[in-house]
Amino acid sequence: MSSVSEDPDTGIPPAEVPDLPPPHAHGFWSRWVFSQDAKYIALQYSGTAIAIGLVALVLSWLIRMQLGFPGVFDFISAEAYYQFITMHGMIMVVYLLTAIFLGGFGNYLIPLMVGARDMVFPFVNMLSFWVYFLAVVVLAASFFAPGGPTGAGWTLYPPQAILSGTPGGTQWGIVLMLVSLILFIIGFTMGGLNYAVTVLQARTRGMTLMRMPLTIWGIFTATVMALLAFPALFVASVMMLFDRLLGTSFFMPALVEMGEQLSYGGGSPIVFQHLFWFFGHPEVYIVALPAFGIVSDLIAVHARKNIFGYRMMVWAIVIIGALSFIVWAHHMYVSGMHPYFGFFFATTTLIIAVPTALKVYNWILTLWRGDIHLTLPMLFALGFIVTFLNGGLTGLFLGNVVVDVPLSDTMFVVAHFHMVMGVAPIMVIFGAIYHWFPLISGRMLSHRMGLIHFWVTFIGAYAIFFPMHYVGLVGVPRRYPDISASFVPDSVATLNAFITVAALTVGAAQMLFLFNVAWSLARGRKAGHNPWRAASLEWQTPEVPPRHGNWGEELPLVYRWAYDYSVPGAPRDFIAQDDPGHRASWSHVP
Amino acid sequence: MIVAASLVLIVLFSVAFHLVSPWWWTPIASNWGYIDTTLVITFWITGAVFTAVVLFMAWCVFRYRHKPGRVAHYEPESKRLEIWLTALTALGVAAMLAPGLVVWNRFITVPDDATEIEVVAQQWFWSYRLPGADGQLGSSDVTWISADNPLGLNPHDRLGADDVVIDGGDLHLPIGKPVKVLLRSVDVLHDFYVPEFRAKMDMVPGMVTYFWFTPTRTGEFEVLCAELCGTGHGYMRGYVLIDEEAEYEAWLGEQLTFAGLPAGEGVQVANTAEPIGGSDP
Amino acid sequence: MSIVLGFVALVAVIALTWLWRQGVAERPWLETGAVTRSPSPGSQPTGRAGLGVFLIVAGGLFALAGSAVTMRMGYADWFEMRLPRVVWAGTALLALSSLALQAAVFAARRGDGPGLARWIGAGAASMAAFLLAQGLAWARMAETGQGLAATPGASFFYLISGLHGLHILGGLVALARVATRLRAGPGAAAPAVALCAIYWHFLLIVWIAMLAILTGWASDAAALCRAILS
Repeated sequence: MSSVSEDPDTGIPPAEVPDLPPPHAHGFWSRWVFSQDAKYIALQYSGTAIAIGLVALVLSWLIRMQLGFPGVFDFISAEAYYQFITMHGMIMVVYLLTAIFLGGFGNYLIPLMVGARDMVFPFVNMLSFWVYFLAVVVLAASFFAPGGPTGAGWTLYPPQAILSGTPGGTQWGIVLMLVSLILFIIGFTMGGLNYAVTVLQARTRGMTLMRMPLTIWGIFTATVMALLAFPALFVASVMMLFDRLLGTSFFMPALVEMGEQLSYGGGSPIVFQHLFWFFGHPEVYIVALPAFGIVSDLIAVHARKNIFGYRMMVWAIVIIGALSFIVWAHHMYVSGMHPYFGFFFATTTLIIAVPTALKVYNWILTLWRGDIHLTLPMLFALGFIVTFLNGGLTGLFLGNVVVDVPLSDTMFVVAHFHMVMGVAPIMVIFGAIYHWFPLISGRMLSHRMGLIHFWVTFIGAYAIFFPMHYVGLVGVPRRYPDISASFVPDSVATLNAFITVAALTVGAAQMLFLFNVAWSLARGRKAGHNPWRAASLEWQTPEVPPRHGNWGEELPLVYRWAYDYSVPGAPRDFIAQDDPGHRASWSHVP
Repeated sequence: MIVAASLVLIVLFSVAFHLVSPWWWTPIASNWGYIDTTLVITFWITGAVFTAVVLFMAWCVFRYRHKPGRVAHYEPESKRLEIWLTALTALGVAAMLAPGLVVWNRFITVPDDATEIEVVAQQWFWSYRLPGADGQLGSSDVTWISADNPLGLNPHDRLGADDVVIDGGDLHLPIGKPVKVLLRSVDVLHDFYVPEFRAKMDMVPGMVTYFWFTPTRTGEFEVLCAELCGTGHGYMRGYVLIDEEAEYEAWLGEQLTFAGLPAGEGVQVANTAEPIGGSDP
Repeated sequence: MSIVLGFVALVAVIALTWLWRQGVAERPWLETGAVTRSPSPGSQPTGRAGLGVFLIVAGGLFALAGSAVTMRMGYADWFEMRLPRVVWAGTALLALSSLALQAAVFAARRGDGPGLARWIGAGAASMAAFLLAQGLAWARMAETGQGLAATPGASFFYLISGLHGLHILGGLVALARVATRLRAGPGAAAPAVALCAIYWHFLLIVWIAMLAILTGWASDAAALCRAILS
């Protein structure tokens, strides 16, 4: 193990954390179930997230079947429809996207990319997964509870969320949902402490902040945001649970339900909305920032070029993270809050578009004059840019307060957020899996199956969500199981049927992806060491896949940033971060 | 090659879809043409950005795709380029925000001559109340709600006596007169949404929200609920009819006032316009 | 939401200052070589950094609860809380507990093993007494017609004191773990005791802030500041 004192020859200051061996697992349980190895926890997190995500995928098929062919499928009643959309939304946003980006990629990549042996609190990290797992179990249990899961919409707005007019409102559904969210937040906080403190404390020597890959910047900033934002959902959930079970009136005004006076009084549903969106808006960026970071690295590696404007990219991540805490009420323009808030929140919301646009420009300027290898990760990165750009631009409609008035609560909103925080981050997740699968398993995913998967997913998702904006523009509201209305032309029904067919096709393509993963694990081409010729640290481990403890005898020393690609005069088109070779020793230095 | 071509095709498809497809907003029936204008400005700016960025990306993919011997250009950043791009983006954002805020200011500034009417929502239908001859709505509270008094009007408020109560029927409004729509819910969140009017606002139990508009076209317009309110949300429909003045007066004459309902029998008909103990609802 | 926005602003200032000191304006592609700057917090032990991050999370949680109180105060049915007197006695116990833990830190630094054990015992005992006082306060409030669902102020009191109490229980568990390690000597326990003391001070500050918000002092003070400024 390397020494902690200053090295007199190189002037390298000591590492911030003494290099201790990580806890070694001995028995079956501590190795395969209650593992404290961040890489294994990452796979547990990802596996659970994908499993529950498949449930949400099936729910989306049911939703689309009802919308595309209303009346054909008798078993989808209005109640069932609301339960489907609620569970689909909540699972996708919280239990899949948040969990897989932070719990999955965060756990796998943070220690490897900053040159640590493991997370700083491995035991807490293990607990984090198991509390998350429990949250998923509670959530899944609500499908089997009397009355079924809640149908309050993923926003869970009171009063309807806890009244009898909503599926699960006065039964088990909403209670299980709130308990599950509370568990999720506790579990996430345990994990989040690890991700943040590991980046702060356990970076290896030489890994200054500005040498970190953007993946780490994105995950780190998102973690800090999540640690600040999730408590809002926690408080709101606990308060609503009190209202539902103990008869308090935090969010419940005096009201008459179905002709009957209830005992609530004085509370305000708007307070819930403020708390919910104080979590809910940062949540969008909690999902987006890791995606921004990962896609930056995919583009740099596969275009053999440093990420253009690295400093701007870092600043933009930080600025977006900070600004996202003062834009939440743009979800509430028509909620009945004080109308003067509209001026403030429209302005902050449109300001946040500037750093976000800069990131898009810099991704494309990285492609410009690059050496673009059209590998699967690169294809998914391109797909991300198109869908994110599209979804981001429609966000300018909804953020601009008065334009939001006719569009709010229509299918335009549904199309917008699916494009920007559904399709776009999922493109990145796939790109990242194709990119890092060789590191995780030592084998490549099948390129041919991957190509089919990419094209069907990308073109299909665009065909689902681009036309959907126009359904909303016609005026069709969201959360309607049947969209027929006097102002809706019949042709919209045809369009809806088309969207449904596209959605089912895209769903089928995901089965091909799962098959590809299973097949390639057993039969895939051996990847060898660093198949993408990447410069960042995670590919420089002594063994691939990396062993427990990641780095063999000694922690790596970092001599450069993560983006030394195609440096003029260098012997190869990349220089690994732990390669001490100095630029002064090459000819042709610019 | 295929990738670059597909990117170009996506742009072409999107632009063609926007220009040619039959799906566009419903013909407007209120004074909020400003909102449509702001929306169109936003479409042009964002459409231009989308087209430019994706086409440039397609060109990059075509021109700089890997070939044996190609080496990427080494350039960590370009301050000038980034400053230019920031400035241009800020300009584009300002061009969308400025008209948006101006129109929002109009949207929240109710003209003095607007007639106040009230829409009351409950699971899952709409009721309405018009101010009657005194031009003022009486006070109300959910605690007054009963089978006889479905909207919870205060039976002791003289201002409410002549209020026209439309419980479960359609709303009629005269063309060309500004209306301030007061919104009240007795149970959960709802949202009074008529696509042709463009304006909408949530109704929140425990408080009164509002928006205003001026009808500009006669006809029959469907009302929908735009805030999830339980199982019947999708079927919470109604109609607003915009009438010429004469037809409107004829319709109004046929409606019941609160004093004519069983719960309102005890109320004195307000004989002065002076409010006594009555307040804004 | 002004309380939580103030809290987030504070965190943002700390974070941005720290980032600036880390050299986020430098050009990393020009800085090739062994190491160009000393690593970040350097002297900060990992446990302390972990606690710091956790306190930000817990602080955010209570700031949000406080924000919910102030938002709810704006509605017509709010009236001032009548807190039972035992709450003030409890608050005094909490302060004593905090002082005892600080004394334990000093004892550990001096290497005074018996003193350390005594002060930890005193801190744990007074903290347990605080929890008891809170329980009495709950019972007293329920007797005097301020049950959980009776008034909005009472609901918030139960909610916030409950959340605070759960944080205290967590702290007591941590302190118990430290106490079992005392045999290894005061020097070995010193860093962990110091962490506990920081957490204890945090619990005290949060509780006083929550009382100030619930009793309306905080909003009175804010109104006074506004009056002076304008």
